[in-house]
Amino acid sequence: MGFLSRLFKSGKPGLVHLPAGSFTLDREGRIMTSTLPQSFPVDHLRTIGSQVLASFRSAKKAQMPLSEIVIQYSALKVLARELRGGAIIFLMPQSHQRLNPKLKNP
Amino acid sequence: MPGQPKILLLDEDQDFLDLYREMLSQHLPSLPEVRAANSGSRALSILESEQFNLLITELNLSHMDGLQVLTIARRKHPQLRLVVLTAIRDEQFRTRSYALGVDQFWIKPETDQEMGLFMESIESLIGREAHGGFRGVQSKSLVDIIQLECLSQSSCMLKIINGLTEGKIYIQNGEVTDAEMPGMNAEPAFQRILSWKTGSFEILPPDPSRVRTIFTSYQGLLLNTAQAIDEAASATVDLPHPENSPHPNPAPANLAPQLAEVSQMEGVEFVLALGGDKASAQNSWGLDNPKPVVEFTRQALQNFRDLGERLQVGELQQIFGTGPQRKVAVASCGNSDLCVGFPPALPSDQVNDSFKSILTKWAS
Repeated sequence: MGFLSRLFKSGKPGLVHLPAGSFTLDREGRIMTSTLPQSFPVDHLRTIGSQVLASFRSAKKAQMPLSEIVIQYSALKVLARELRGGAIIFLMPQSHQRLNPKLKNP
Repeated sequence: MPGQPKILLLDEDQDFLDLYREMLSQHLPSLPEVRAANSGSRALSILESEQFNLLITELNLSHMDGLQVLTIARRKHPQLRLVVLTAIRDEQFRTRSYALGVDQFWIKPETDQEMGLFMESIESLIGREAHGGFRGVQSKSLVDIIQLECLSQSSCMLKIINGLTEGKIYIQNGEVTDAEMPGMNAEPAFQRILSWKTGSFEILPPDPSRVRTIFTSYQGLLLNTAQAIDEAASATVDLPHPENSPHPNPAPANLAPQLAEVSQMEGVEFVLALGGDKASAQNSWGLDNPKPVVEFTRQALQNFRDLGERLQVGELQQIFGTGPQRKVAVASCGNSDLCVGFPPALPSDQVNDSFKSILTKWAS
């Protein structure tokens, strides 16, 4: 670590922290509002939104319209509610600590 | 992989790489060959060209971060053991790393004691090849674990987790006294739990107040279980021809009993089972026109699996949908994709429990 590199830190992209929060989409998939930090890439939000809207549409096509979808991953829960063709989507990161309050960080 | 074990170290800090390469190669009893890479893409290209036992990676890397490297390494090299060694103290990254399938997550050691523990754990990790089995005791089957506990006259509770399902086996003074899992208890639950091939387990303190429901000796239980598993495997050959099936969309012989069993569960309105790929057969119960539901199921699973990979949040576990006409639950189970319909009035907790039981039945 040289002196100059300490002063002039490179603008390398860091790890993306999964935020907790929500955002809303219109029926075209445009992001209308968001409570998520700006550090979370907008591309990710658009991808989440488009997949959620596609699922709502696909369910409707299958004659079983859905008003809510919950997608459960090992480290993230996504809850999406249909809003007049658009959606409000909640991101809820899951952590071992939250699942098991007895577990303590070393 | 016989012979000298091989470790690949990934970090951007050259001093760190030099230090750890020397320590691992000279101070571990197995004297592994240690290679180093200072970028994710370089590490992945080395992994393509040579076989390694272990990848040790930092998470905070420029261009391609550690989580991306782990995702690709896990998919392309499933036998490779993965260890995160990072300076980032963040519970979320720990959770996400484990969700991506790492074997160990370490904060970079700061004391001699921590360094000693790290070296020991690395030695133990490269000392055994992946043969499946239960995480934590990879070379032992569940039968071995129960035998060990019973032979040592222990009292404990074994909590076994297989996918989304949790089973418990109670051992008191070297005898199996009870077993439970969703929708089942006593000896049937014991047999079902033992049919699981992989998973993770914890040994927890015993519960002496637990009422004994199993009175067979543990040797007898293990024999009965082995027999039941053998019989179940051979029973699939003797199933009736699909033409005799009462269902509107007859399933192939090997799935018909499972569909029938699931359809009898409380609240289930329809069941759809799909093979892992598009060309494979679909089987359903309670659906007049399964085609659109097939499309929905395939699309939802594929889209959300891709999304999970992009966000690096681990495996897609399940999808629940709620609508005015019905509730649906979708998940992959073994080689099948399942979509199950429930009435809209059924409470979400009940849908969740019921779907867990269905996945358990399907998996076993």
